Amino acid sequence: MDFAEAGRRGKDVRSDCWVRIEPKAGGVRLTLNSKVEAMFGKAIRKLIREELAFFDVKDARVTVEDSGALPFVMMARIEAAVKRLNPKEKREYLPELLDSAKQPTSRDRFRRSRLYLPGNEPKFMLNAGIHKPDAVILDLEDSVAPAVKDEALIMVRNALRQIDFMGVERMVRINQLPRGLDELDPLVAANAHMILIPKCEDPEMVRDVDARIGKAIGVRRNASGAMRPLLMPIIESCLGVFNALEIARASKNVAALTIGLEDYTADLGTQRTLEAKESFWARSRVVNAARAAGVQPIDTVFSDINDMDGLRQSVLEAKGMGYEGKGCIHPRQIETIHQAFAPADAEIERAKKIVLAYRNAEARGLGVVALGAKMIDPPVVKRALRTVDLAIRTGQLAPDWDAGAGEGAK
Amino acid sequence: MRLVRNALDRLVPSEVNGKPQVPFQGVSQHHPKGRKAAPRIPSCIDYPEDGDKLVPDLKSALRKAGIRSGMTISTHHHFRDGDLLAPQLFDACAELGLKDLVWFPSAAFPCHKPLIAHLESGVIHHIEGSLNGPLGDYCTDGRMRGLGLLRSHGGRWQAIQDGEVHIDVAVIAAPAADMFGNANGVLGPSACGSLNFALADSMYAEKVIVATDNLMPFPCVPWQIQGNNVDVVVELDRIGDPAKIVSGTTQITKSPDRLYVAELVAKFIRDSGIMRDGFSFQAGAGGTSLAFAVYLREMMKQANVKARFIRAGSNKYLVEMLEQGLTDFILDGQTFDLDGVRSMRDNPRHIATSPFTSYNFSGKGNFASQVDVAVLGATEVDTSFNANVVTHSDGRLLHGIGGWQNCLYGRCVVLALPAFRDRIPVIVDRVTTVCGPGELIDVVITERGICINPLRQDLLDAVKGKGLPVKPIEQLKAEVDRLCGKPEKARLGDKPVAAVKWVDGTVIDTIWQVLRR
Repeated sequence: MDFAEAGRRGKDVRSDCWVRIEPKAGGVRLTLNSKVEAMFGKAIRKLIREELAFFDVKDARVTVEDSGALPFVMMARIEAAVKRLNPKEKREYLPELLDSAKQPTSRDRFRRSRLYLPGNEPKFMLNAGIHKPDAVILDLEDSVAPAVKDEALIMVRNALRQIDFMGVERMVRINQLPRGLDELDPLVAANAHMILIPKCEDPEMVRDVDARIGKAIGVRRNASGAMRPLLMPIIESCLGVFNALEIARASKNVAALTIGLEDYTADLGTQRTLEAKESFWARSRVVNAARAAGVQPIDTVFSDINDMDGLRQSVLEAKGMGYEGKGCIHPRQIETIHQAFAPADAEIERAKKIVLAYRNAEARGLGVVALGAKMIDPPVVKRALRTVDLAIRTGQLAPDWDAGAGEGAK
Repeated sequence: MRLVRNALDRLVPSEVNGKPQVPFQGVSQHHPKGRKAAPRIPSCIDYPEDGDKLVPDLKSALRKAGIRSGMTISTHHHFRDGDLLAPQLFDACAELGLKDLVWFPSAAFPCHKPLIAHLESGVIHHIEGSLNGPLGDYCTDGRMRGLGLLRSHGGRWQAIQDGEVHIDVAVIAAPAADMFGNANGVLGPSACGSLNFALADSMYAEKVIVATDNLMPFPCVPWQIQGNNVDVVVELDRIGDPAKIVSGTTQITKSPDRLYVAELVAKFIRDSGIMRDGFSFQAGAGGTSLAFAVYLREMMKQANVKARFIRAGSNKYLVEMLEQGLTDFILDGQTFDLDGVRSMRDNPRHIATSPFTSYNFSGKGNFASQVDVAVLGATEVDTSFNANVVTHSDGRLLHGIGGWQNCLYGRCVVLALPAFRDRIPVIVDRVTTVCGPGELIDVVITERGICINPLRQDLLDAVKGKGLPVKPIEQLKAEVDRLCGKPEKARLGDKPVAAVKWVDGTVIDTIWQVLRR
């Protein structure tokens, strides 16, 4: 190739940059046009030269048009251009993995809201954490055009390493297999908390992803202590719906199961409607499969950002069916989702009673939990514990709500 | 020109354009003395008994006003970026062969770019007023003869009233006027709201010209400008485009991050106890400081709380609050959209204020210090809470001061800002230009947390345990520096190109020439 380009430029581009590398004898000749030249000109030139030296680019004309890219963004764009120029280049120019990126996740955390962020758009990622979704999804699949998949992977890798998402769970949606398999190594090394497997219709797909992650962990474990990401298969086809239970059970690392209705309704040969009657059976089957396998059932994305009432209704319906989470594409949807998933007062009151009865039974070494004359089964206890946790998180219940009640139990 | 260090340790010129200056002495340390300035005593026998002061065109008006080279001419920014008068005016001056004029606008906008040609040709010597856009670059590149002098709206009144600036000819664009010179901004096809930025000029200038595109029979009421102060009236085809009043800084932001900041501001006002029955607030220009009012409105409804007054740049949202009974009054310095214009015209509780009533330091009090909370923007804040509102971090003039400095006297001053813009940190070690001393700035609210000035222990106590993301400003700065990297110092020369006045007429900081790379 005569030259390679990566990144984005133009009047409306912000927090990003565009890079062009053209091999030419006579050393590296750098042309930089940056809107932050006065404040960061020297730092940017240093970064570019160091990275080019790392990749052994010694003779080239290099042009960078910078619209205020943060260093990790610029690093990603340069690396993408270098790799387009030389597809054999496999080395990675890695920014530091922040301490905040090393926090582990857990199977049981709340996943009420997950905010989709296009993987090739750094400006939306920078402040995503402040909106406090339960999770962000750095997306490599449908929101990334085929021509820039390579750039997006490097960008997502760098974002995972360098952005403080403020305690929000860090998910990545990889591309459909087999491409998605080749994306896993850098994501695992960057401590992605959860991998979403799109168009999952066969348990074998889950096992393939799991095996590849296992290999990556094996290689990395000693070096960086990378943690093993959890899995969330996305059911998006009729076959997937039929195989939902096997998919959910395919690996012990599957922690949640979700459904994608855009592709599912297309596969079904119909249109997606607001009432969603056409997908009722599929959503029922997926929620049942998830519960049967002991993983979280998570509902599809609500994509009309102007219809807050529709979103609220949709979440209430999902909650009524047994789902615990909803996808969203704009920060302003998050609070509505959390409100709709918040337990009702009566729900909390009942859960408090059950939790106290459960503790009381435990304290007395009783095998059976009873509330009045009524026996409470273990799944009901588990659900009540979850409701109390959620109520504390939403601020509906004080963390020390049981401070006085504990005395009575003694 | 000698440079001296002022109370904020900034080097400032001891004289500007031949006039001696007092360096900033500290907040509330300087007392201007002496008597107010005044124009010569006019006599009604020198004016037509039938009240008809009309002349056929701008050149005749300027001749009648006795214009000469070297004089100071003022215009006003009621149309903001839609002003069509100043370019016509200086074209006329050029045709009259005038040189070395001083332009003393109440604010300049990108629409004034054509005036650069008049600066280059020598018609205009220099500008005393806010400089931004192309004029800002012209000044910071060091191309303007004479120094720019930036003042707040209140500071402009103070300078006129106290005699620091003597206006030879004031030219007032009026959406409605009669032949006697009574004028207002609420009637006619170019209605823009109030004309009160021109009020001081009409009272203190030696000669006053009213230029209108909407001449009506005597009397033109309400007379925001009194014809008894006016020398000449001229009718023009166009004076301004009111649709362009709505500039970028006067629209509600759509950015989720900025809306988050706006909501945080509203929560702070609620949870700190400032939001209570009978309170007052000021909403400024700039997306976030406008948007917080939208959130506050909902919180006020929920808590069944009503404000006594809102100090504003009014807009659709504040007008709705007035109409829904959520505030008794809007005390309005400047209408920011056409809903504001309509409301000011039709609603007796929507009051036009002037820099005299709202802001003037050399007065017997003002409204700004009676406001419970003022929410403002800024380009930079440092860890001592000093803030900059006029220059970009590279030293270029970016914005005017507007009423910003004056509003710092409010009981609680909140700056609502992004923590960084693209890669540019907003929280810095030392602001490029100090426009407001940190001791007057109480709270900085960004998407990455709320920083309360340690001088305001009462506010720190008030929000304790309320679940707001309060953190020390040093911590926020460290967070932003980690993201953006540490910026280089702006490359500034040692030549002052403009000075920034504090509200009392002292010089608070200097704008230096920006060196090209």
